[in-house]
Amino acid sequence: MSPDAATAASIATAEGAGPHQTDVTIIGAGPCGLFAVFELGLLDLKCHLIDILDRPGGQCAELYPEKPIYDIPAVPVCTGQELTDRLMEQIAPFSPVFHLSQMAEKLEKLEDGTWRLTTDTGTVIDSKVIVIAAGGGSFVPKKPPIPGIDAYEGTSVFYAVRKMEQFRDRKLVIAGGGDSALDWVLNLQPLAESVTLVHRRDEFRAAPDSVNKMRALVAEKKMTLEIAQISGLQGENGQLTDVVFKDKDRGEWSVPCDMLLPFYGLTMKLGPVAEFGLNLEQNLIPVDTERFETSTPGIFAIGDINTYPGKLKLILSGFHEAALMSQAAVRIVYPDRKIRFQYTTSSTDLQNKLGVA
Amino acid sequence: MILNVTTPDGERHELEALAGWRVMEVIRDWGLPILAECGGACSCATCHVYVDAEWLDRLPPRSEEEEEKLDEAFDVRDTSRLSCQILMRDELDGMHVTLAPMAR
Repeated sequence: MSPDAATAASIATAEGAGPHQTDVTIIGAGPCGLFAVFELGLLDLKCHLIDILDRPGGQCAELYPEKPIYDIPAVPVCTGQELTDRLMEQIAPFSPVFHLSQMAEKLEKLEDGTWRLTTDTGTVIDSKVIVIAAGGGSFVPKKPPIPGIDAYEGTSVFYAVRKMEQFRDRKLVIAGGGDSALDWVLNLQPLAESVTLVHRRDEFRAAPDSVNKMRALVAEKKMTLEIAQISGLQGENGQLTDVVFKDKDRGEWSVPCDMLLPFYGLTMKLGPVAEFGLNLEQNLIPVDTERFETSTPGIFAIGDINTYPGKLKLILSGFHEAALMSQAAVRIVYPDRKIRFQYTTSSTDLQNKLGVA
Repeated sequence: MILNVTTPDGERHELEALAGWRVMEVIRDWGLPILAECGGACSCATCHVYVDAEWLDRLPPRSEEEEEKLDEAFDVRDTSRLSCQILMRDELDGMHVTLAPMAR
């Protein structure tokens, strides 16, 4: 069971593709996106969040769930997962709705000024305000720097498995030593013509049970394990014929292969947000420091993805940005409302919203 | 102290370094193209460098964690290290590292 299973149980995910109606759509469910739910919630704004990962937490969940963080105000030390769990607890009173394992893909403005955001899995969310809290971008599979690999992507090289059937009766090479590589070795071996797992050393960080099963298949000669690295690809017109392996002792040799599945972990890419028509400076989104609004009114950017003079990429800076952004966002959603500044320590109104009054 | 860095385009840079700083931080601070996505937490393998062989025995050995993370790097060699796991100190004055090819 994953360490975040307890959190996952309390995550409200949306049913159906929509269009969902909400006040604010937040792109990115990392710490800044999560805290924005709190600041917006105190101002009565409801939020939907989109994230490419299958759980909230962003980099805190994906890169360093178990690493200590020392610079959260008043919290001398906590791990990335603990920070995520505490934020989830803090925003629970505002019932945010999560759309996980999907990427914000298209943003358009409807006639009445509403933003319509569509994800790559077809979810549609309508809202008056968009908050981009996308950090370093979407987590996507690392693409190995093998010369010419681009030409094979989508036809012979796959970074994820969508339909297992497409691998039936094929000669597969699967690269990597983690759970993704081992899981797909075990799942695809029964239907592939052949499976070769290639990993740089004879030790695997995947679950021991998967490793044992893989080794049993190797012992039964139902698949091949090569301790080597990929050095090249051979084929033409997007169709692989061979993958070239190398190691120190054996030099280079090639292995017949129709399809290659590299699993080298994830990296961050800005992705379709770059096509939203916003000004960009070196893949960051410039904002003002009063509202943290982008060049497009109604679209805000907070956290690591924004830039302004003096910007520091700190979680605490993102929290501050979320608070100021919320003050501007509420004036867009409720233009006629008089906004009073209140403290959670003294305001019965805020305490009611938090369910603590 | 000096850290010598060769970038993937073959250009060699002589960087002023400070004791106690991570090699990754020095490279990033001087604006050379290193991804170092996780910021030094040994969690991403995007600060992969090759250390010139003569300097290797002056470095602490790879930890199990660094070894596991190198599984997510490419063209890993005996001289491969994650530069966030090497702290600059007097003994390393003049060390030469080469940035490894990065994922896209």
